[in-house]
Amino acid sequence: MGGWQIDLFLAAVMIGITNGAFIALIALGYTLVYGIIELINFAHGDLFMLGTFVCLSSLTLLGFRTEVGIVGTPWHALLIAMLAAMIFCGVLNVLAERIAYRPLRRAPRLAPLISAIGVSFIFVNIGLYWQGPTPQRFPDLLPQYDFVSQLLGITSLVRFTFKDLFVLSLAIPLMLALAWIIKNTRIGKAMRAVAQDTEMSLQMGIDVNRVIAFTFLLGGVLAGAASLMYGLYNNNTVFTLGFDAGLKAFTAAVLGGIGNITGAALGGFVLGLLSALTITYFGGQWENVGVFSLLVIILVFKPTGLLGQETGEKA
Amino acid sequence: MKPKPNPARSTLGWWYTTTGKARERQMLVTIVGIALALLFPVINGLLGLGWEAKAVPIALFIILALGLNVVVGFAGLLDLGYAAFFAIGAYSMAFLTSAQSPIPWVAQGNQVNFFLAMFISAGVAAVFGVILGAPTLRLRGDYLAIVTLGFGEIVPLVIKNTPELTKGTQGMNPIGLPQVPGVNFGSDPIPWYYLIVAVLLLTVVLTSRLRVSRIGRAWAAMREDEVAAASMGVNLVTTKLFAFALGASFSGFAGTIWASYLQVIAPEQFRFDVSIFVLCMIILGGLGNIGGVIAGGLLLGGVDRILFDWVSGIVHGIGAAIQNQDLQLMDVSRSRQLIFGVALVVMMLVRPEGLFPSARVKAELHAAEEDEGAVEQERAQVVDVER
Repeated sequence: MGGWQIDLFLAAVMIGITNGAFIALIALGYTLVYGIIELINFAHGDLFMLGTFVCLSSLTLLGFRTEVGIVGTPWHALLIAMLAAMIFCGVLNVLAERIAYRPLRRAPRLAPLISAIGVSFIFVNIGLYWQGPTPQRFPDLLPQYDFVSQLLGITSLVRFTFKDLFVLSLAIPLMLALAWIIKNTRIGKAMRAVAQDTEMSLQMGIDVNRVIAFTFLLGGVLAGAASLMYGLYNNNTVFTLGFDAGLKAFTAAVLGGIGNITGAALGGFVLGLLSALTITYFGGQWENVGVFSLLVIILVFKPTGLLGQETGEKA
Repeated sequence: MKPKPNPARSTLGWWYTTTGKARERQMLVTIVGIALALLFPVINGLLGLGWEAKAVPIALFIILALGLNVVVGFAGLLDLGYAAFFAIGAYSMAFLTSAQSPIPWVAQGNQVNFFLAMFISAGVAAVFGVILGAPTLRLRGDYLAIVTLGFGEIVPLVIKNTPELTKGTQGMNPIGLPQVPGVNFGSDPIPWYYLIVAVLLLTVVLTSRLRVSRIGRAWAAMREDEVAAASMGVNLVTTKLFAFALGASFSGFAGTIWASYLQVIAPEQFRFDVSIFVLCMIILGGLGNIGGVIAGGLLLGGVDRILFDWVSGIVHGIGAAIQNQDLQLMDVSRSRQLIFGVALVVMMLVRPEGLFPSARVKAELHAAEEDEGAVEQERAQVVDVER
């Protein structure tokens, strides 16, 4: 036989779409912040990592550190863990903005970026103290059900499990909700105004500081939601998770056109697919090489990304 | 940017960019600095500090910081993947001098002379600097930072994933030692110290001369305003590439010495933390100012290699005295990242120009405080130009 196996390819595509969903959620946090204050929020990936730890700690407190001996899915515990992570990440992101970025809004461009790198270091170290240096197991609490083999009765490499359904049915509504907030609410309108012209928004009576804080809150909340999905899907977490996740999500945001909400979501899915295909066809150790090469190639040939509009000399 | 007026030429007059009292002070600091660097092993021996093995990496990282300062401080190109060139230098050294080299001719026992290999490796690193630099010419600021960061991640990963060439995570070992008659580079850190100080002095001389040269002024012009620089006749392509290549070759130099000094190199030694650590040095010391960068390197290196051990020792001592198990086992260097993270944020908030800034950077950063109104107006104009 040999050659091209369709089911291997489809299996990779399936994994890619699900992974793409949480990459997209993190990417939205980058793109929202970049769109409004042109800062690469370097600490965002590490915020997501801390989110997985909040989920883990909440589940431990509620008595679900391990799936052994637990019958059924403790939906209430998962809901509490997710809300805890969303609130924690949102508030922490706002705090970081208030302390480390806001005073530097008028400073040269390098200053807030370096400050963000500093915040990222602080988060990583908090993670290290919180759960230690070894990878932690995340309880496997979702039902083990594969729709392809158990519902349709097809035997193949392709799997569409309950976990995939769970991730997609949470991530997609969240993205739609974000789009709705930005498009239809008063604060969403203010966000778009500040992104377009900060000085003018200020003159039109928009409380720019509040709008920027709200943007950080939204980004943090999405990262918090993504962290529960990541934990339940991959069943592990470690304090160094944030760097990788952050870089992937940032790549996704750039791929879609940074500052563009739809672009970030699209970029997340494309990146998820790309990394799943790289793992399938080249092996896991080449995954990040593929991702970063893609990043370099996009930035070199199409710095505006797939859906980005021409922003002139922005960078 | 007006070129500096030529200071009156006296003995060594061409050397200094300052005049009068400032020049005397600069001269004094330079002489004292060189003397302290050369006499350090003696002082160390007399005081019984036992820091000779710690001074070697500190001095080496200062070379890295000076090289990165050319790219970030002089040319204003934020490079977050500087460790990649450090790795490329180190691995070229290993390829040229190690018995485990993938080059059959070398592996059969024809190791290249250390000093020759050092220059070849620096050249290889410079070539990679141009390879990275060329496609990123169109990018600025944040985007450039991210591409370099990506490159800095790719290089160690590729090294890790090609064990047939680089022995992967296992690392390459042993690596050729410098052969100087009568000097034992095997176990004694002192010859290494002098070798590194020699390279360091060379780096200082080269970079400080470059800064005031034609290319150095072109870098400054480009850093401040690319469009204006280009319209004044600065060739942005060659100017940028030269900064990248030069920065990379200093990093490559440092890499070769590091490989030979440690005798074993593995991809994990060249991760993102190294790039950031070096960046912290130049930001802490003062971007663009050679003296400041050296001071920043000494300070951070000293905190990292000497102070943390010392504080850990004190904490263990207190723990032993009050019979506290936790204190006895506490390792302060575990909080290294936390301390550096806080330092970076505080530094940016309080003193973004660094501890010892160059006059030019300081003037830029504090212009805003002098006259809010005028600056606001200026900002508005800048915004207009950008649109």
